[in-house]
Amino acid sequence: MSRTKRQWGGVAALAALALPLLAGCENDQQSVLDPVSHPARDIESLWWSMLAGAAVIFLGAVGLLGLAWIRRARKGMPVFGENERVARGFVVVFGILIPIVTLIALFTIGNIFVLPVTQAPAAGSTRLTVEVVGHQWWWEVRYPGTKAVTANEIHIPVSTRVLLVGRSADVIHSFWAPNLNRKIDVIPGRANRILLYSDRVGRFRGQCAEFCGLQHAHMGLYVYVEPRPKFDAWLQRMSKPAAAPSGSEAEQGRDLFTSMPCAGCHTIRGTSAAGRLGPDLTHVASRETLAALTIPNNRGYLASWIADPQHFKPGNRMPALHFEGSELEALAAYLEGLE
Amino acid sequence: MAIEAGTAARARIDRLERVWLEHPGVLGWLTTTDHKRIGILYFFTSLFFFAAGGVEALLIRSQLLVPNETLVSPGAFNQLFTMHGLTMIFLFVIPISTGAFGNYLLPLMIGARDMAFPRMNAFSFWAFLCSGIFIYTGLFMGNAPDAGWFNYVPLAGKQFSPGVNIDFYGLGLIFNSVSTTVAAINFIVTIFKLRAPGMSINRMPLFCFAFLAVSFALLFAMPPLNTALVFLELDRLAGFDFFNIGSGGAPLLWQHLFWLFGHPEVYIIILPAFGIATAIIPTFTRRRMVAFPLVALAEILVAFIGFGVWVHHMFAVGLATITMVYFAAASLIIVIPSAIQLFAWITTMVTGTPRFKTPLLWIVGFITFFIVGGLSGISFAVIPFDQQLTDTYFVVAHFHFVIFGAAVFPILGGMYYWFPKVTGRMYHEGVGQLSFWLTFFGTALTFFPMHILGLLGMPRREYTYPDGLGWQVYNVIETAGSYVLAAGLLLVAANLGVSLFRGRFAGNDPWGGDTLEWSTTSPPPPYNYPVIPVVTSPYPMWDLADREEDARRLERGELTLEGGHETLGSSVLDAEPDEVLEMPAESPWPILLALMLAGAFALVLTTHYGSALVFLGLAAVVLGAWHWKEPETA
Repeated sequence: MSRTKRQWGGVAALAALALPLLAGCENDQQSVLDPVSHPARDIESLWWSMLAGAAVIFLGAVGLLGLAWIRRARKGMPVFGENERVARGFVVVFGILIPIVTLIALFTIGNIFVLPVTQAPAAGSTRLTVEVVGHQWWWEVRYPGTKAVTANEIHIPVSTRVLLVGRSADVIHSFWAPNLNRKIDVIPGRANRILLYSDRVGRFRGQCAEFCGLQHAHMGLYVYVEPRPKFDAWLQRMSKPAAAPSGSEAEQGRDLFTSMPCAGCHTIRGTSAAGRLGPDLTHVASRETLAALTIPNNRGYLASWIADPQHFKPGNRMPALHFEGSELEALAAYLEGLE
Repeated sequence: MAIEAGTAARARIDRLERVWLEHPGVLGWLTTTDHKRIGILYFFTSLFFFAAGGVEALLIRSQLLVPNETLVSPGAFNQLFTMHGLTMIFLFVIPISTGAFGNYLLPLMIGARDMAFPRMNAFSFWAFLCSGIFIYTGLFMGNAPDAGWFNYVPLAGKQFSPGVNIDFYGLGLIFNSVSTTVAAINFIVTIFKLRAPGMSINRMPLFCFAFLAVSFALLFAMPPLNTALVFLELDRLAGFDFFNIGSGGAPLLWQHLFWLFGHPEVYIIILPAFGIATAIIPTFTRRRMVAFPLVALAEILVAFIGFGVWVHHMFAVGLATITMVYFAAASLIIVIPSAIQLFAWITTMVTGTPRFKTPLLWIVGFITFFIVGGLSGISFAVIPFDQQLTDTYFVVAHFHFVIFGAAVFPILGGMYYWFPKVTGRMYHEGVGQLSFWLTFFGTALTFFPMHILGLLGMPRREYTYPDGLGWQVYNVIETAGSYVLAAGLLLVAANLGVSLFRGRFAGNDPWGGDTLEWSTTSPPPPYNYPVIPVVTSPYPMWDLADREEDARRLERGELTLEGGHETLGSSVLDAEPDEVLEMPAESPWPILLALMLAGAFALVLTTHYGSALVFLGLAAVVLGAWHWKEPETA
């Protein structure tokens, strides 16, 4: 990948500073330094050029301090003699003139040329919209115009401009998938917009970036960038109601789900469960993780999550209900079938 | 400058000693109005809170050492990082820089015998102490504030934070800002009205310029904070809807008000450090500050422009582009006064003959870290970059380089620099240098890798993080660094603590300092100067003839003000003597007033509003007694 290219740029910029950064790039699914879109790439370029500039300024200033060290405790006249005008001129040049020129350049590049690239897409310039609603502490994901509702994962087609509209159901959160774009706060009472785009197929990690309470640390999501046909198939599947339970154990699980308090908080489309407090579970089995990237989604974790949700994510809104072992098995069997 | 005091001078000094004598023992400390004793009280109290904030920081770092660590619970972690921020900002840096350094040194530097309002000064300390205890009571009850020092609503509203945690924050900070506001007014009046004859505003030491700028900034930054806090508590305690979206309130209103206070606050934190740096550098480079007027102007400008940049904390909330671009421009403009000061310090060092004693080493560390923190700070004025990196560890790295590296290093350097003045004894130079290097490398190790973590996507304020994102190695380095840093700070404390009893005697002026405080004895007498000095330059201690003239005036009895508890008032700009001001002596009212307010705040917290009113009534009675004309003192 572009890792090698970056390596050369980094070495040229400042080896000592850049090397640890590169070591960190081994896992780059949630990184500013592995951009997959035009806006994220522009921001990354801003970073490397600012780092290069900063390195020059830092080394220059520390070099002057080194000069003072070399001249320490020297007797006799100071370097410029008693001529204060030279010393003051030095302050004017380095403290006023050079900063003004540098800052104007930085302002022009960053806030006039790059800024429009990272702004929300113009109205009507996108064909696909994803609506993301922040909850304490998970992400609700909707595709307006379809019935698809899911949680903690967003699927988008590759090389397609997607409008992301962010809202909040409770407190302020911030949607951030750094490989794709900068972050945007989701604030109750507001709808904030951002462009979601990737020219590379893959799975990218995102996370809530604004402190939102007890489990702020466990509010992750995945963005899956897929070829168009695969995405279309996914969206079609998500729009359908839930699969019917296969087998008697799963049937028992469905009946438990709809008759127990589960249905008060969760929706499973195609059944009587229509709660709105927790994630929509219509296709829960198709997801890779549970509880917003807290634990993997498999039968074992699913059953232990239902048995004691407070163990993995203390403070989350799901209460522990007391199920018999066989009831747990039945619930897990049912949910596991909801592909 | 050893001029033997003649018999006439001796007699005058004896009389001053009698007039300015305060109660011995604990009672004297409780009722004191001596700015130096109040400064010492501030010093030890804020150091105590520094230690508490430091322990909180070490717990945070230990919890983040490895992924999925369970050393502290999520709830405890949120209380710890909130208390760490609150403590370091409101209970350590501001009180130690203004309360301790400002209080102790400012009257000395301008040749005054006390602050303009000595009892208000005492009240300011006791209110600060009570507010600190108030806020920490929450922690000891297990109910400390837990929504971050920025305390965003609606998370901090009653609906999502029903406990008393946030009320400790809201009421505690209102109480705390009473203390800060009173102190700011006191500094402004002291600087404007109590300067020694001849110390016109252009001859005032740069240290005093920094404190003047800070005091004005405090005076104007506190009202937006208090407005926000009163709105918050009305929402929480009385069911108002300032921030309640369902009733037409606005969560973003809190952010605007908070950062309208919060960003000037950053400069309030750093400006005293600039002042300390400009006091230490000339002494140890044997050279006048380069570009003195530019530096004075820059100090004032930083405080002023600091009020126009707050929205750069809010670039990710979805504001209009034009709004953001304006605040980005202002945030870049404020770089220039900082750059002026930076290059003035560096040029002074390069063109002087520096002696790298411990105090100057801390200033070198300060300059180094200020450049790092300043440069990363500039990047937040580039809106797209800010929107990408805000709320990540990159920001944590940035403001720790500024607030710890740049604001606390001069405070530590200042402790070494003025230690001989305050205690009369010298610290151990070798241990001093070792303590600097430990702290320096500890700071770099703790905070530098945080830049990288931010770029690798680690958000702030999370109590744990998953494995496999490449974050662990940097977290390990940081946690190790934080222990090195703590060791360095403990060494500073050990050095100064032992030297307090074992250090060799320092004499009046061990450094050949340039400002007036070095002309009096170490420690200074309660009246500071037996004769009010007359000043002809910003470097009065380097004008030997002037100081010899002071000694002769003492002999003659000119400007000795020995008739009572007095100091000299002078005109605002030219410092021409105006009047002799009678200063109040020690008083029980300031501490009583603070206690009454503490009672009132505690009762509001527990929603006993009737009893709270009783305490407010008692506070009014105390104020009445305070303003009762005191009998003339001897």
